[in-house]
Amino acid sequence: MTRMRQNRITSRFEALKTEGRAGLITYVMAGDPDVETAFEILKGLPAAGADLIELGFPFSDPMAEGPPIQRAALRALKAGMTLRGTLDLVRRFRVNDQTTPIILMGYTNPVLSYGFGPFAADAAAAGVDGLIIVDSPPEEAAELSDALDVAGISLIRLTAPTTDDKRLETVVKRTSGFVYYVSVAGVTGVKEADAATVAPAVARVRKASNLPVAVGFGIKTPERAAAVALVADAVVVGSALVEEIASAAATDSLAAPKVLASVAALAQAVRMARLDVNVT
Amino acid sequence: MNAPTPNNYSAYPDANGRFGDYGGRYVAETLMPLVLDLGQAYEDAKNDPAFHAEMSGYMTHYVGRPSPLYFAERLTQHFGGAKIYFKRDELNHTGAHKINNCIGQILLARRMGKTRIIAETGAGQHGVATATVCARFGYPCIVYMGATDVERQKPNVFRMNLLGAEVRPVTSGTGTLKDAMNEAMRDWVTNVDDTYYIIGTAAGPHPYPAMVRDFQSVIGTEARAQMLEREGRLPDAIVACIGGGSNAIGLFHPFLADENVRLIGVEAAGHGLSTGMHAASLTGGRPGVLHGNKTYLLQDDDGQIIDAHSISAGLDYPGIGPEHSWLHDVGRAQYVSATDQEALDAFQLCSQLEGIIPALEPAHALARVGDVAKELGKDGIVLMNLCGRGDKDIFTVAEALGSRL
Repeated sequence: MTRMRQNRITSRFEALKTEGRAGLITYVMAGDPDVETAFEILKGLPAAGADLIELGFPFSDPMAEGPPIQRAALRALKAGMTLRGTLDLVRRFRVNDQTTPIILMGYTNPVLSYGFGPFAADAAAAGVDGLIIVDSPPEEAAELSDALDVAGISLIRLTAPTTDDKRLETVVKRTSGFVYYVSVAGVTGVKEADAATVAPAVARVRKASNLPVAVGFGIKTPERAAAVALVADAVVVGSALVEEIASAAATDSLAAPKVLASVAALAQAVRMARLDVNVT
Repeated sequence: MNAPTPNNYSAYPDANGRFGDYGGRYVAETLMPLVLDLGQAYEDAKNDPAFHAEMSGYMTHYVGRPSPLYFAERLTQHFGGAKIYFKRDELNHTGAHKINNCIGQILLARRMGKTRIIAETGAGQHGVATATVCARFGYPCIVYMGATDVERQKPNVFRMNLLGAEVRPVTSGTGTLKDAMNEAMRDWVTNVDDTYYIIGTAAGPHPYPAMVRDFQSVIGTEARAQMLEREGRLPDAIVACIGGGSNAIGLFHPFLADENVRLIGVEAAGHGLSTGMHAASLTGGRPGVLHGNKTYLLQDDDGQIIDAHSISAGLDYPGIGPEHSWLHDVGRAQYVSATDQEALDAFQLCSQLEGIIPALEPAHALARVGDVAKELGKDGIVLMNLCGRGDKDIFTVAEALGSRL
């Protein structure tokens, strides 16, 4: 059963459809490199051109991440970030922004430790719209899905190149908000997405679900983002932004302006993608 | 949670890989189809007599099974209680029980047409066993090992290299066994077409906990028959050390239906449970999800995994196989612990009284065997799995005793 909710995610994708363009989803890690810098980045994302925000909450053992996001998680944990602290950041963000959808992304254990019910209630109250749990396939997600349904939070599922058509039906069941297509078999931020395989893969997902399709994993540059924006409803960029936070932190320079400038460049590329094609 | 009816313990896991609330398949979607395939391939192999016949041939002629059941007469006299028996799995090829599982999994990998093998290792025993079967069956082998462990287990790194395996030091996280397992999972998710991941313990996503248990159950099956032959009855208690818990579940499983046999698992208490520097997931942890399964874990209030500590690298893991979590909750098995110091004392005692240098892992089990023997009294019988030999540990022990080699 796919539940449609008129939440911020749905509204945002409807608006993007009206505009006739793909959206940009940016991923950063809560608390990376420290709590206040992370908040400054988060606060600046909508103006820089992020249409939806994925906010990672750190886990000590992020099995599906490549080195950039692994290190981001370690920096965030060192800075004292927790799942509760992540919800605090969202609460602060919502003081000035009521429209940009926020999707939390992370691993099962911190959420299980918090308690699915209490987490869902607190997250909804803080202004969270969706949740992506990397290590919670549909077979294990019933209890979490129930809790999120009660709170009105979308559970966004990942599909992968290894997900065949039959399995895709299982995966999109009880998914809401959008479907996230993982464009490479691998961890985040290592392999580069192959644009030629993305288009047929997105078409395959569309056959199984009416929800918007976002594509992520291995999209690092404005050029690549623009190419994916031609075929997907949204493009997710994470590791490339997280790397900039890392290099700014390493050289003691200000991370926020650097990251937000990159977001602006990505947003520009995504916004222009379909226009460029129409012109040429 | 439903407590199983008596004698029904061996019906687990269920079709979803659950032992009560524990186990399951908590993996990224990219891996999920592979994990389901593996489950199917294992089911097929399990029902194929040819698979068992081939495995049994290698167990006999390559591993050297059955391993002896040995009456530890002088330790029995020393403690003055129940008769103490050792199941001598340290006499297997490569010196530990790990090879039992590797033989099973390499045959399964070949059956599935995989061409590249990966594994994780802590102390290096599972890495050596995996490198061994890869050499024997002609597969390229990559072993992920925490950078910290690479440094402190150099002889095993060299052994793996001699066997033709590539050892990749893992610097992510804290550079220990849990990080090696994360890195192996990352390799698997990246090389989905050709790679088989040989997990070394009875943990991970289903079917690993059940499959590794089945391959290790040769320990308990042999021991049960040997005990009946020697003593005409079953032991009163059986004891094994627990890191991830593969040797313990291999010993326990064939005895699950024997309600009069006490099952005792010994976790590593490190510097002591009260110090927080230990590896006792059941005694000092709570349920959570890591490495594809739900089980007891060492974790903080936010659900972050805490590093384990034990003098024994093979027990230095913050989780435990899900079947143990379940046996713990339903009360079929009892879980106790032994400190680094108690294990060191037992290590020396066994060396001096029995002429057997045990690995530090079973030395933890031995540290509790004395208590059990005294409790049972002279009419009792206690069986311990001596799951590994101690050659690999002489540097660690020398350092702990203040000697230099």
